Amino acid sequence: MSQDQVKTNQYLTFLLNGEVFGIATNRVLEVLDYTAITPVPQTSDFMLGVINLRGSIVPVVNLHIKFGLPSSPRTVNSCIIIISILIDNEPTNVGVMADSVREVLDLDPEQIEAAPRMGTKLNSNFIRGMGKHGENFIILLNIDTIFSQQELSTDDEEGAN
Amino acid sequence: MQDLPQQAFKEEAYELLSELEDSLLELEEQPDDMDMVGKVFRAMHTIKGSGAMFGFSAIAEFTHEVETVFDLVRNGEISVTKQLVDLSLQARDHILSLLNEEEISIVSGQTLMAQFKALAEANSTPPTPDPPPASPTTTAENILAPSTLKTYRITFKPNHDILHNGTTISNLLEELMQLGTCRLVAHNAQIPPLDQLESEDCYVSWDAILTSDCGEDAIHDVFIFVEDECEINIAVIDTGSESDEEQNIKRLGDILIERGEISQADIDEVLAKSKRIGEMLVDANLISQNQVEAALVEQQEVRKIQEKRQQSRQAKTPPASSLRVPAERLDELVNLVGEMVTVQSRLSQTAALSGDAELQSIAEEVERLTEELRDNTLNIRMLPIGSTFSKFKRLVRDIASDLDKEVDFQTVGAETELDKTVIEQLNDPLVHIIRNSMDHGIEMPADREAAGKPRQGTVYLSAEHSGDSVVIEIRDDGKGLNAEVLREKAISKGIISGEDTLSDNEIYQLIFAAGFSTAEKVSGLSGRGVGMDVVKRAIDGLRGTIELDSNLGVGTTVRLRIPLTLAIIESLLVNIGGNSFVLPLTAVEECIELTKADIQEAHGRCLVNVRGHLVPYVPLRNTFNIPGEIPAIQQIVITQVSGQQLGFVVDNVIGEHQTVIKSLGPLYRDVRTVSGGTILGDGSIALIIDLIQLMQQAALTES
Repeated sequence: MSQDQVKTNQYLTFLLNGEVFGIATNRVLEVLDYTAITPVPQTSDFMLGVINLRGSIVPVVNLHIKFGLPSSPRTVNSCIIIISILIDNEPTNVGVMADSVREVLDLDPEQIEAAPRMGTKLNSNFIRGMGKHGENFIILLNIDTIFSQQELSTDDEEGAN
Repeated sequence: MQDLPQQAFKEEAYELLSELEDSLLELEEQPDDMDMVGKVFRAMHTIKGSGAMFGFSAIAEFTHEVETVFDLVRNGEISVTKQLVDLSLQARDHILSLLNEEEISIVSGQTLMAQFKALAEANSTPPTPDPPPASPTTTAENILAPSTLKTYRITFKPNHDILHNGTTISNLLEELMQLGTCRLVAHNAQIPPLDQLESEDCYVSWDAILTSDCGEDAIHDVFIFVEDECEINIAVIDTGSESDEEQNIKRLGDILIERGEISQADIDEVLAKSKRIGEMLVDANLISQNQVEAALVEQQEVRKIQEKRQQSRQAKTPPASSLRVPAERLDELVNLVGEMVTVQSRLSQTAALSGDAELQSIAEEVERLTEELRDNTLNIRMLPIGSTFSKFKRLVRDIASDLDKEVDFQTVGAETELDKTVIEQLNDPLVHIIRNSMDHGIEMPADREAAGKPRQGTVYLSAEHSGDSVVIEIRDDGKGLNAEVLREKAISKGIISGEDTLSDNEIYQLIFAAGFSTAEKVSGLSGRGVGMDVVKRAIDGLRGTIELDSNLGVGTTVRLRIPLTLAIIESLLVNIGGNSFVLPLTAVEECIELTKADIQEAHGRCLVNVRGHLVPYVPLRNTFNIPGEIPAIQQIVITQVSGQQLGFVVDNVIGEHQTVIKSLGPLYRDVRTVSGGTILGDGSIALIIDLIQLMQQAALTES
């Protein structure tokens, strides 16, 4: 976490179900067009499966399900954002499904407000802050907590049931 | 990061230390083995020397004291005792922690140092005489470092009247012979006819060929009192330096052959006709037969010494030279070969589709080469398991003394080769199993005697290849598992219920369940109930199996079966609803068809008749929740898992596949039924099915 707090104030914004989310760009490796995903049996729905990224196997997650959003149809704009996260202090790559990718924004610290405790309908741990861009607010994600072991294991139990 | 030379020193030192441990343990068994003492000494000496060179002065200083003691041992002034071995093992551990730059108390190092110093001093007073000189019967083999050896020709021609003042020549010669390896030739040509013989005169002279490290002065000293009464000539005929042999001047014949002016056969023919130079000289009456013999002896000796030196030099540089390569580079290489195998299968697939004969033959060639490359690369990572074995020797020794038990540790098959990563991951499970054998299995010496067994228990560790896996067996001759006790324990822990009827074998398997421990007392070693389930998990992680065999009162055997490598496996590629899966080919026995009619006849039971045997099967489509239409004819892959036959139903079987195993990453580490993924020729991913886990899951859901 400290990584992106120190360095960047650039965010890649993308759409999920019409809402704008942002991820710190220093965590983003690349954006891929949607490709076939191989599902892994007996895992939670949130874990979509794995893809072949130039010879290595990378898991892909569906944030719609994680965030409780209605799923959106796949379009030509659907894409997979490959990000680097830390799991048990080991860097690992994960793909995130997005409805579309918008732009890279510069947000100064003054433009970022703390996440509201309630009202977002999201687990506030997942949110790093709300970025103000013109008239709109962007939900800046705290990606490491989304993939923290605790989150994954509770999810697995749900998936198993 | 540390400097490279320091890193190299550390690596070398780690190796030396593990060697040292082996040597010390061996020395404990055979205290008279001077070779071992030498080995220990040399290891200490090297660590000291290179330690000082690379700035590890603490290590150098400490090792110096240990080295001093072993120097005394080497000279036969201290004998090897258990106490010395104990102390040396502690010292070895101390050096190791110094090397790891661990936080260690300086005091412990100093105590050890003091103990070694005390040992050394206790033996240096009273001053022992110099090591006794080598006895006359000494042969060249046990003479010290060969590099200091020189060979002398000593011509000793006493005056005729040497005996008049009471000199005993035999004493002189004996003294000379004690200096080293010596051959004497007496010349008796001077002996006059009997009528001219003075009975008190000496007419004989001697030539001695002496090989020794004593130096010329020592030889002169032998003759110091008779110098005026004889003629003494000392000449060095071999300096002991290895350059001698290279400086040999070529013989005329050799030069001529080299120039191509004459053939070897011609020379041999001519030489055969000619007499030996000695014979010719005798014939010409220039020298006596005796003198020739003396010269021949000299020639033989020099030749023998040079041969010996050559042998020892060969021994110094082992014929198969080896190379030290960082493990990461090998891992990288294996990864690349993995990619190569993937691309190659893609090439083969494309070639087969294209129908181009030329392309197909190239693809076949590439396939053959890739296969060889793969096998060779995987072989590079293979290491003999012996290095792990010797670690256990120490472990057994330490545990035995902790528990006051007497345990002999025997190993077989240390040369069995396994993938490096597998060996590393095997270490912990083996430690657990051996500890368990010693703690729970082997009885106290008195109990053993009461049971009519030898006081000393035996733990037996063996490894051998069996197909594409390695079987590791840990056997003890302890009290064995008591099925009744285990059963009660399991019931009281709620692992099984009182009504469950289990075979003895099934009961034995219970010790692998989590939270199961039978030791009445929790000891430092085992008894916390975290032993065997950890073992089970580790072996599962290696895709291995574990079996247990026990005889009450006779002993227990734990048998591990581990696949040779983790990187690439032969597998069977199958398809279910458009998803590809692979099953390890070693487990697969056959494939049979399953029609809709078969399913109806079975009344919903998942059993199939295979040549008169009923075999249960797992419908993978249901287990994995794969949507879609079930085809009219499915395939059952019959496998042998943990000694049981089990079928897996798939849509269709595609064929054999070379599977390069890739991890699914930490996000999927809780997934049990899939052990990894592999990338197919067309770039899609197939998942590797973990048959054992799947079988356990199936058994669980049914009960």
